[in-house]
Amino acid sequence: MKAMDASQTVLKAEARGLNFFYGQAQALHGITLPIYDRCVTALIGPSGCGKTTYLRCLNRMHDLYPGNRYEGEVTLYPDRVNIVGPEVDPIEVRMRIGMVFQKPNPFPKSIYENVAYGLRIRDVSNRSELDAVVERALREAALWGEVKDRLQASALNISGGQQQRLCIARALATSPELLLFDEPTSALDPTATSRIEELVTELKQKVAIVIVTHNMQQAARVSDYTAFMYEGRVVEYDRTETIFTNPTVKLTEEYITGRFG
Amino acid sequence: MGVNVADMPVEKKDALSGVSPRLRFRLKERAIESLLQLAALTSVAITLGIVGILSYESFQFFSQISIIDFLTDRQWTPLFADAHYGILPLVTGTLVTTIVALLVAIPMGSLIAIYLSEYASRSVREFVKPALELLSAVPTVVYGYFALLFVTPALQQLWPGLPGFNMLSAGLVIGMMIVPYVSSVSEDAMRAVPTHLREGAFALGATRMQTALRVVFPSALSGITAAYVLGVSRAIGETMVVAIAAGMQPTLTLNPLEPAATMTAYIVQVSLGDVPHGSVAYQTIFATGLMLLLLTLLFNIAGHVLKKRYRQVY
Repeated sequence: MKAMDASQTVLKAEARGLNFFYGQAQALHGITLPIYDRCVTALIGPSGCGKTTYLRCLNRMHDLYPGNRYEGEVTLYPDRVNIVGPEVDPIEVRMRIGMVFQKPNPFPKSIYENVAYGLRIRDVSNRSELDAVVERALREAALWGEVKDRLQASALNISGGQQQRLCIARALATSPELLLFDEPTSALDPTATSRIEELVTELKQKVAIVIVTHNMQQAARVSDYTAFMYEGRVVEYDRTETIFTNPTVKLTEEYITGRFG
Repeated sequence: MGVNVADMPVEKKDALSGVSPRLRFRLKERAIESLLQLAALTSVAITLGIVGILSYESFQFFSQISIIDFLTDRQWTPLFADAHYGILPLVTGTLVTTIVALLVAIPMGSLIAIYLSEYASRSVREFVKPALELLSAVPTVVYGYFALLFVTPALQQLWPGLPGFNMLSAGLVIGMMIVPYVSSVSEDAMRAVPTHLREGAFALGATRMQTALRVVFPSALSGITAAYVLGVSRAIGETMVVAIAAGMQPTLTLNPLEPAATMTAYIVQVSLGDVPHGSVAYQTIFATGLMLLLLTLLFNIAGHVLKKRYRQVY
């Protein structure tokens, strides 16, 4: 792994020697990976390589299911808390780190209530405060113009691409420090996909982003750094243009050029 | 049909030999289909038959007793010399026991469903669920005696003036009896809520309770409504418990601490007695039965409307 040009980049999180186990089965082997603030880090690799597993470690999603176990550490900056440490409450972690899923998963509620949900569970009930945050989040997710006249309509009645942007707004409403995207465009058509990609590029000005993608062009388009993973390990990590134009490891080159995966 | 016989597998000779094998399969299919259709039609026919008999006998009844009296008279004494035919006391009896039962079954059934679906580990669920379902295998007559001989004496410790027969203990026991129906159907509905909705809530920092109450429960509301309607129907139709524990005197009261007869209890009472066939007293049970049917139907329609209204496409 090459030394990073750290002149303008600030670490937001860093995995060091992270192992993860689904019961007895080890899914991640000694992941060491920095995540820079105000940058997009893409995780690429063939199915089953552990990229989603790693992503879900970052907001302790694995804690929802019994038998899962972490080893090693993921440090979240600036307060240097080890977010996979057993003493850390997963809910505290999820309050700081948002996530957008593969399939748009709006709640069967109104558009407004979807965005307000994160605040409601934090016991915010002041109407004007909610209104302000809902509008801010929907604007940031480039959805405000399309839905401002029907905030009370069901979130299930808008298109798939709009639903995914709604889910992004929902995650943004609570101002996360780090935003995780798990193949956010795999269920969307090309137009909706390019809108999400534009959005990711805009959002990185405010927040650190990690995106899992199967789409190599997408990784090349939106990310600043790319990690190529294979069989639960990080094979290569570098600036995105380096990974795509001049990879050091042969396996990376073979994957990027489509020879396997 | 252009079937090339040479291509067909060789068939054994039997009664239908000579008929093309393809045609034979079709005949067999047709026969099976007719049989299944017959089975389905039988249940429809039985329902229609019941409704027909209820309506016919009720018609006889209403040709002698005015429907206005039936719906407005405050007394139900068809077996007395001074006969009154006001259904209201039986309707209130049924409503009071049903409401008491639902006050037990809906909160308890919902809480159990939330626990089993959102909290319980697999091993706990696999133990608790069959145990709960066993509850619904207990004969209702046992519940009736449980109400009369255990729940009522226990309640009398609290209210010394409580009569030996009362709607409260009957209602409470019916409630316990229908908890498994409510919890089991609600739990199925909640578990059918896709994982990605739950994870969406958790990812925002929601606790299990917040996820269960604010996301899973509302998403499953359509199925949960169905569970409640099933519970209501069971409670309205329940017979043994009220016949044994609630008393048999039709009384127009909304006070659950009093004894009263429900529609079902009255039907049992008269069916078992020696009322002459064809008399007005005999026909009262059909009129009551029809009323019971209409009431249950009403709740089912209401439930259906609610269910449709809350239907979610995830």
